[in-house]
Amino acid sequence: MATRVIAGKTVQVNDEGFMTNPAEWTKEIGGAIAKEEGIAELTAAHWKVIDYCRATAARLGGKSPTLRQITTGTNVSTKELFALFPKGPAKKVAHIAGLGKPEGCV
Amino acid sequence: MADETRKIAFICSKGDLDMAYPALVMGWAALGNGIDVTIFFTFWGMDMITKARQNRLELAPVANTSMKMKMMGLPTGNLGIPNLMGVIPGMTAFTSWFMKKKIAAVGAPPVGEYLQMLVDGGAKLYACKMTVDMMGLKKEDFVDGVIDIVTASDFMDMTEGSQIIFI
Repeated sequence: MATRVIAGKTVQVNDEGFMTNPAEWTKEIGGAIAKEEGIAELTAAHWKVIDYCRATAARLGGKSPTLRQITTGTNVSTKELFALFPKGPAKKVAHIAGLGKPEGCV
Repeated sequence: MADETRKIAFICSKGDLDMAYPALVMGWAALGNGIDVTIFFTFWGMDMITKARQNRLELAPVANTSMKMKMMGLPTGNLGIPNLMGVIPGMTAFTSWFMKKKIAAVGAPPVGEYLQMLVDGGAKLYACKMTVDMMGLKKEDFVDGVIDIVTASDFMDMTEGSQIIFI
């Protein structure tokens, strides 16, 4: 298992750069990964989605929610979700939230 | 990540309920992974974007070799729905209802809602000009999100560099 330093903290990551231990995640790490993903500043709307993903993953044994689960669970519309996390929200949200890729298809 | 965005184009040529979903599922996954998605609807695939048809797609049991009675919970092994039974009025409605229930059970939305999700996620939808002429359809017959009615040649131009999937 590889490790890398994000926002001054050493965390475990997989081959694709996704964090493998959600407990190692901090808000600062989320912010730093967001910058790498091209999102300069995480707004309240971003955090609403990230917090939902973290809470859902905690409930589902570490599994991150699918995009449809996010839109139905947060009342953030699909359009809004794609605007907040442009070019691939499925991977981006999970990456920023310190979770693995969503496993569902919808 | 590569500088150039990956592009995928789907050609949807079927209007059966089960044949509508592959492009929806894969297209949605592509958008979620940051891939550009274009969908061209032609022949019976046009039903997927036609207001009057979109949420009425069906699955016929006749000549369907994959739909086994086992799916309905019967202990019948590999026995299919007999074609002779499939011709009974109401059987197509029944198998369509059953398949819709199966699809909903895995959390997938109905065709109309699913396609709207793709549009909201940035998918570009186009209708085939030849089919439109053949079926006597108009732009107003289509759901919002269909950008234009284009020729096969236009489609080839706009999908340069795309991976193309025919369904």
